Amino acid sequence: MSDLWDAIALVLIALVGGVVRVSTPFLFVSLGECLTEKSGRINLGLEGTLVLGAMSGYATSYLTGSPWLGIAAAALTGMVFGGFHAVLCQLPRVNDIAVGIALIQLGTGAAFFFGKPFIQPTAPHMPLMALGWWSSDPQLQNALMINPLFPVGIALALFLRWAFRNTYWGLIVRTTGDSEPAARDLGVSINGVRLAATSIGGLLAGIGGAFLSLSYPGSWNEGLSSGQGLMAVALVIFARWDPVRCFYAAVLFGAAGAIGPALQSVGVTQGYYFFNAAPYILTLLLMVASGRSKRAARDIPRELAITR
Amino acid sequence: MTMPTDQTGPARAIGLDVSGVSKAFGSFVALKDVDLKVPAASFHAILGENGAGKTTLVRCITGYYHPDHGQIAVDGRAVTIASSRDAHRFGIGMVHQSFTLVPSLTGAENLVIARAERPAVFRWDSERKRMKEFLARMPFRAPLDVPVWTLSAGEKQKLQILKQLYLNQRFLILDEPTSVLTPDEAEELLGRLRDMTRAGELTVCLITHKLREVRAFADEVTVLRRGEVAGVGRTADLTNADIAKLMVGDTPLPSRWTGRKPAQPAPHPAFEIRGLAANRDDGTAAFRDIDLAIQPGEIVGIAGVSGNGQSTLLEALCGQRALVSGEVLAHGERVLPTRAAFAKHRMFSLPEEPLKNAAVGTMTVAENLALRTFDRPPLAKGGWLSSAAMRRQANVLIDRYRIKTPSPSAPINTLSGGNIQRTVLARELSGDVGILIVANPCAALDFTSTEAIHAEIMDQRNRGVAVLLVSEDLDEILELADRVVVMSGGRITYAAPIADTDRATIGHYMAGEKTAEAGV
Repeated sequence: MSDLWDAIALVLIALVGGVVRVSTPFLFVSLGECLTEKSGRINLGLEGTLVLGAMSGYATSYLTGSPWLGIAAAALTGMVFGGFHAVLCQLPRVNDIAVGIALIQLGTGAAFFFGKPFIQPTAPHMPLMALGWWSSDPQLQNALMINPLFPVGIALALFLRWAFRNTYWGLIVRTTGDSEPAARDLGVSINGVRLAATSIGGLLAGIGGAFLSLSYPGSWNEGLSSGQGLMAVALVIFARWDPVRCFYAAVLFGAAGAIGPALQSVGVTQGYYFFNAAPYILTLLLMVASGRSKRAARDIPRELAITR
Repeated sequence: MTMPTDQTGPARAIGLDVSGVSKAFGSFVALKDVDLKVPAASFHAILGENGAGKTTLVRCITGYYHPDHGQIAVDGRAVTIASSRDAHRFGIGMVHQSFTLVPSLTGAENLVIARAERPAVFRWDSERKRMKEFLARMPFRAPLDVPVWTLSAGEKQKLQILKQLYLNQRFLILDEPTSVLTPDEAEELLGRLRDMTRAGELTVCLITHKLREVRAFADEVTVLRRGEVAGVGRTADLTNADIAKLMVGDTPLPSRWTGRKPAQPAPHPAFEIRGLAANRDDGTAAFRDIDLAIQPGEIVGIAGVSGNGQSTLLEALCGQRALVSGEVLAHGERVLPTRAAFAKHRMFSLPEEPLKNAAVGTMTVAENLALRTFDRPPLAKGGWLSSAAMRRQANVLIDRYRIKTPSPSAPINTLSGGNIQRTVLARELSGDVGILIVANPCAALDFTSTEAIHAEIMDQRNRGVAVLLVSEDLDEILELADRVVVMSGGRITYAAPIADTDRATIGHYMAGEKTAEAGV
């Protein structure tokens, strides 16, 4: 009996650590996408940005020996890539979703092309914060090795929610995403606001990518993202365009992704593939549920291409 | 009739003096030498039918358009208004028909972002306190703490006006502000604004087509007709008949058609509408209790100022809008708006905005001309379409209806508005027609084409077609229709044989002046 309890405790501990690790990139990409969509554009290209960020972060960390420089490089790459999306979209009759799909291909293609030499070597990882010092349980200590980006992401979510309500630029981003005529009436440059929002969104996604290659799973290879950038887009819809709800949703996705490895850590290998597919199944279920939700229809920025 | 211009309002209201403003779009003259004098602290009305140039005039004043000629003076000082920002700077605020509030932002958020000087971070406690003080001075309120999309149309309209006042705009231009309001709300809002003008706090320029509002609230009225000032005067000096006459013109009636056959008696009306009702997209009533019967060989004209339910009625008849209640009958038989039913009863229609509602923009002229019949002989044989036959048909129709197109295979959205109109008309009129529903058939057409289309419609009528003609052009209805009904506020408020009525009477009902004693 106590064996079973031990096993359950073990799974839960592994799950906690797993959630933090798996949810961080979701959190960053979804916050970036949330900001972009609040301004009235969808950037599906964040999947490409994520992979490109992972590659450039890893390469920079390897070449300079500093994972922090790696993160900075990934952020910069993401920002440039996001800005590229915004610039393409402000051309006449260009559809932001189509541009996004093209940028997924371009981003992953460029990352594979430039990333080939970095698949083998090992780059220095980001240092972790040991938050389990108070416990003598090595497993708990291991689970509580937290990447500093996780608390940064939480702070960012809180900041964004605050900024959307209390700052001039927050209100302007929401105005641009909700009513172009009103934004024009205020004399706001709609393209300028969207360029800024999409660039910063790309920056955040780039950081999310660097987390993938520099922390968890912590290496650079071509199958690294496996669609997490696209799942983050679904997550934003589920979170109804609220940054703090993006955090909850990221944790939920993180939990779905962490179940498989957590069970594996106690030797449960049954349904391994099923558990690995859990995030994708969750995405599907959430999309169906939120597609039927009247509240999602109400909170959606009204200038998003899918609503027009 | 002239007005005193030396009147100066106390305190903060400002006056506006527009002289000799002209504006042309291509060869179309929208405004010709228009004067508008609005003394400070007065309540002025600009009255006119649709297309009379009211909106163009205020767009010239608010910097949206740049007039070709003419001067604008604010408080006696000549100014140049190049943009809406300039207009704001001079204290001119515009309340549009469509709301320029941000739906997901709260009322308070909508107010603060519009301020010229605003902090990067808002301190909501002090902002709210200031707003409360501001509201205390205002004659009406609107909820400020909930997202704007949750507000009713009336609350949104009030909030829009409050926003202009909050921004310290002391010359308010209101573009048909009551079209979305209930009569009581309209009464209250305009009454409160008039009180503010009396107190010298505000100058109001009200754009409207409602005679009643002018009579009840305005000190002075400028009537526009076809881009020109038809008359100016103090409302106290003018009778309703005077104003109505200024609005719709005093030109003699055009000669009635000579070859008008009497309507043919039939056991059933060819086309009948019973108790029809439908809603607008936002769920409010678009029109209610519409009853109408058209005999074979009869033209019934629906007159009315746009926005009184005619366009939604047309959408409902063409199957573009779900009915709340009521039924449509053709030759005594209930019809649902399907392609099969339209074919069976030979129903044809020219809706408003034909490119959007009656054509496929990216398809060719020939294909659009064949939309009704492409799957039937001679255009199709054994399930195969014949593009040669389509092209032949297109060439005949292009010739007959004088459609200007580079070729039958040009996409229809590359054509001008008038030629798109002709293309759709050619398709709808050239077949074997039983019932014809047309909206503003000559809206974008020149004089000669108009004559030709009118002749064609009259010809159809004489061949026994039942015609429902919706038109914003009263002349067109007077020329063609056997009977006229007036739609106002989503209901039929007046109906009469054309011989028993006149322009002034119809004009009165169009202006929504009378509603109660209507008999249909």
